[in-house]
Parts: sequence; C-alpha cells; structure tokens
Amino acid sequence: MNRSDALKRLTAVFQDVFDDSSLSISDSTTSNDIEDWDSIEHITLISSVENEFKMTFKMREVSGMKNVGEMLNIICERAKK
Amino acid sequence: MYNFDFPFDNQSILRNRKKIVKSLLNDGSLRLKTKIAVLAGSTANDIISSLELFLLNFGIEPQFYLSDYNKFWEDGVFGNAELDAFSPDIIYIFTTSRNINFFSQPFSISADTANKKISEEFERFKLLWIKLSEKFKCPIIQNNFELLPYRQLGNSDCWNIYGFSNFITTLNFKMSDYARNNNGFFINDINYLSACYGIEKWHDNEVWCMYKCAMSINAVPEVSYSVACIIKSIYGKNKKVIALDLDNTLWDGVIGDEGVDGIEIGNETAVGQSFSEFQKFIKAYSKLGIILTVCSKNDMDNAISGLNHPDSILSPSDFASIKANWDSKDKNIEASASELSLLTDSFVFVDDNPAECSIVTSQLPEVSAISFESVYDAMYKLSRLDFFEITSISSDDMKRAEMYTANAKRSAQQKQFASYDDYLKSLDMTAIIEDFKPVYLKRITQLTNKSNQFNLTTKRYTDSEMLSVFQSNDFVRLYGRLEDKFGDNGIVSVIIGRKFNNILDIELWLMSCRVLKRNMEFAMLDCLVKKCLDLNISEIHGHYLKTSKNSMVSELFRDFGFTITELLPNGDSSWKLMISDYKQKNYSINVKESEFTKNE
Repeated sequence: MNRSDALKRLTAVFQDVFDDSSLSISDSTTSNDIEDWDSIEHITLISSVENEFKMTFKMREVSGMKNVGEMLNIICERAKK
Repeated sequence: MYNFDFPFDNQSILRNRKKIVKSLLNDGSLRLKTKIAVLAGSTANDIISSLELFLLNFGIEPQFYLSDYNKFWEDGVFGNAELDAFSPDIIYIFTTSRNINFFSQPFSISADTANKKISEEFERFKLLWIKLSEKFKCPIIQNNFELLPYRQLGNSDCWNIYGFSNFITTLNFKMSDYARNNNGFFINDINYLSACYGIEKWHDNEVWCMYKCAMSINAVPEVSYSVACIIKSIYGKNKKVIALDLDNTLWDGVIGDEGVDGIEIGNETAVGQSFSEFQKFIKAYSKLGIILTVCSKNDMDNAISGLNHPDSILSPSDFASIKANWDSKDKNIEASASELSLLTDSFVFVDDNPAECSIVTSQLPEVSAISFESVYDAMYKLSRLDFFEITSISSDDMKRAEMYTANAKRSAQQKQFASYDDYLKSLDMTAIIEDFKPVYLKRITQLTNKSNQFNLTTKRYTDSEMLSVFQSNDFVRLYGRLEDKFGDNGIVSVIIGRKFNNILDIELWLMSCRVLKRNMEFAMLDCLVKKCLDLNISEIHGHYLKTSKNSMVSELFRDFGFTITELLPNGDSSWKLMISDYKQKNYSINVKESEFTKNE
C-alpha cells in the first residue's frame, strides 16, 4: 500500500476518533502530542484503525509501536500481504 | 435523534462516537438526568462510552461512576466512600464469564463438591446484589454469563458436572430465578447477545490479554445498547405503539389493485404463510399491551376488507386507530397520536417501503421507522431494537420521575425538511422515460393488467395486442422507470396514445401506486408533450373512464392543465390540452434523455 494514501486514511481515523477535524499527524506523532490519546482512547483508536485497514495488529506490535510512523510501517506491510 | 437501524454499524459507532455524542448533547432537547454506577469485572470504559451515546439518544443524560478495575465485588459488598457519595440511581454490574471462579482442578473433586462449588459461586454474586440493594435501594442490572469458545469435555460439557458450559448455564438459571423473585433486579442477557453475535467472534483473547476487555471491541455497542434499553424501559421510555402499513406489510400484494381475493395471506402459499407469521408476531405484541394502528395509503374500504380477509389473523378491532387514505404518513401518525392522546415519540412505524419510512422520520425524527426486505427481517429488527423491553417496575411509577414535559421536548425538535419539494429533491430521483423496448413489453403488458388505482382508462392489453401497438407507427408510447437514493423502483408508468394527424388521443395512462406523490406523472407529461412537439402534434386528448377503483385520478387531467370537453352522467370525462400553452411541470426528478427511437 502507498504510504501517503495510508497516511491520509489514518489521519481521517484519528480525526474521527478524537473528534478533531483539524488534527494532523506525521511519522513522529506520539500519544504525548494528542491530549485525548490516553490508554482508554487507545483501544478505540487501534480498533478503528484495524477496521479501516481490514487488518489486525499483533499483540507485540500494539505494545511496541513508538509513534505513528511505526504504525504506518505495519499498516503498509500488512496491506501488501 | 438518531434512528439506528439493526444490525448496527458497530465500527462506525465506535469510530464516530465523540462526534455523535457531541451532536446529541447540542440538539437542544431536554433530558432526564440519571446517575449510573458501573461495577465492572473487566475494562468497561468503552462500554460506558457507547452506553452514554445510546442513553442520550433515548432522552436520558447519564453521569457515571466506574469501579476500579475488577473491584466490582469489593465495592459492592464492603462499600466504597466514593460510591456512597455518588449515590447511584441505577447500578450496572458488568461482569462476564471471565469473572467466574471455575474449578481449578475439575476431576480431582467429587461431584458433590463440584455442585457445591457452583452454588457457592452463585451465592457470591447474590451477596453482592443483596448488599447493593439494601444500601442503595435502586434498580440493579446484572450481565448474565456467556458461553466460552472452548468445550474441553466436548458435547458433555453442557451436562457433565465438571463442564464449564454446565457451570455457566447453571449460574444463568439461578440468576434468572433470582430475577423472577426480586423486583428491581434485571438481567442484561449477554448469553443471548454473544450467541447472536457468534461466540467465536465475541471472544477476543488478544484484547483480553492487552487491555482486559472481556469481549471483542466491535461487540461493545451491542452490549451497551442492550443495557440502554433496560434503562429507558425503567424510566418509562419504551415505545407504545406500532403503526403498520398494509400492502406488502400485513399481506402480500396491493389490495387496491388486486382486490381482497388477489392479496396473499394464510397458509395456502409460502408467501402467504410468511405474512401470517408476521401477523401472529404483531398480535403477540398487542397481547403485551402494545397499541396497534394502521397507517396505509389505501381507500378505507379496501383496508377494512383486507383486514377482514378470512385468513387475516389481525382484524379491524385489533387496531386502536386506522388511517387509510392518501395523505402523507407522517400526517397520519400525528393524527393517530392525537386520537390516542399519545406523543408521536411513542410510535414505531413499519413499512416495506424505505421511502415512506424516510419521509416519516424526516418529518418526525422521534418516530422509529423500520423498513424491511422480508417480514422476517421486520420481526428481527422489531425484537433486536428492543422497543418494548419489559421491566417489572411499574412504568407509571417511574414516569412521574420524568423531569420535563413532553411538549417542551417536541418543540425543541426541528423538522428536517422545510417543504415537501425539499424532501422530493433529497430523494435524488432519476427517471428514464422513453419509447417501449422489446425487453420490457412483458412487464408493460403486466402493468396494464394489474394497475387499477392510478389508471385513467383501465384498458387491458394481451401480449399480442401490446406487440401490435409496439410495431405500429400509429402510436406514441412511453414507459417510465424511476430510481431514487433507496434503489430502483423499476417500470412504474406507461402511456399509450393514438395519432390522428395533429391530435394525440390517450388510450392508456397508468402509474404504480408505489411512486405516488413523487411527481413522476408530471415527468411523464413533460416527456409526452416533448415527443408530440417532435411529431408536430398540437393537441392532446384524454379520457377518464370511471371505475370503482380509480377515483384518485378523476381530476388528474385538470391538475395537468387540460380543459374539460365532456362530462358524462356516469362520471366519465374527456379533456383537451393545447400544447402551445404547455409549461414544464417537473423539477424534482432528473429525467434522462434517452433515445426516442421508435422501432428497435
């Protein structure tokens, strides 16, 4: 999957989940950059990302992802398969 | 107010939850405020989020207390200062099979010990309920237990004393018994919900390991909706009335066209049988005290004769109000509501036609509307949307607790469409109107033999007569097909006119009642006039031949701008239009300019 397309779709998911249509994300975005991104919203976020890209993260990946860039890497890799 | 249709789009609800909650909170309606304590055996934040959404939609604004993770039992039995201060109006115990203390070593204990262990586990929960109800004297909602995806004892898991399925089923049985004997104790039946959802899909071991969520995240809205339904029922916010369409809802067929002998109901045919089962299902609701009304586009005589069909399970006396006329259905629901001294928000409207449902909810968003593919679909939606959840507390008692008047709520609601024209435009209608095509001749012939109500001459054609009309140069022919955002209505209108030099004499003009009041007749007229102009025809002559069924079109030519040339004592009339005076009439349907070739 094209990385910039994936970023666009991922941005839309973030905007919906955090209800902020001006929200913009990049590779370096982490939960510290988004006020509402706590452990509770994280569950909704991960589930909505999985639904959007019709893929699932592995447990190890969910706890290991450091930022949006790493999430995108997994999305792009998984969507190729 | 959102009309959630079943099955829910769980993924979209989860993803857009914040937006939906915000728009509900800003819609200006007054809501009953309530305090709900959630005592949870696993992560319940997502359950609470969806529960808030559904309660707001039911007109209830919740405030939540959430116990610390897996402290549901300690909070309830030993007390908790924060919970005491919160002083809940309702307690929801969100536990699942994850919270059952199963046998640690099944086969190393005797059968008696195993039995005792199950009873002890039930007593553990029972103590919690007793303590909570003593202290807070408020309704308690308790999840029952869902089956596990694994059966280590195979089929015997369901009866063997060491089987976990048996353990779970026994606990559920005891819990149901407790509910029967204790007012104010309600079971949220996740055993049923998980079975409907699919036990394998319901259980998600990864979200359990990662977040201690006891079920798949996508299943969460279903659990929350179910709890919200119990709560709205406790507060007397159940629906009270089912307003039913007749044709293709209570029986198969259009009684105005086919007559009482033409509709299908009863066990003689498969289709008739399905409608009988639906009627039986609806009748059972009336036994539960749900009020039934009729809301149908029909002549009253036809409606009554259909309900008096010998195989009809429902009869006219089962309905508190019967509206069978040609007014729009939102108006009829309002009329029934005022007759019954109920608010329109107590109504569920059931109609096979999604366009009718859409116009009702656009004018009366507080009405829940159900459209359906098959009557079984309607039964499923009526039951799963849980409009009539039964709670044993007298709803009259609880209603007095409502803190606002219904009128205030009504005035806060705005009609979504300013006018009927706006509504029609919102349907995104597209028509194809053109000369007959060989592939449609059969359907066109069939329509001439079926349509009775919107039919000016009720002229019938055989297949061979239709073929000769099609092959002749003496006729102007049009068929019309209408699509809207809900789908394709198929061929719905037919016109046949015979040419006499510069005059066109209309022999047949019919339209299906499915598309009444959609301006399709005007779109047909526009196209007919255009075609006449191309053929140098300057006058159109029309005839209304009165039958017992076509009174709805007796004045159609006048509405079209024709002038009357003859009125016979038997009610027949003749009409004339000078084309040079004609102005386009349809602006709400986008008509596709198809090829107006004659013989393909």
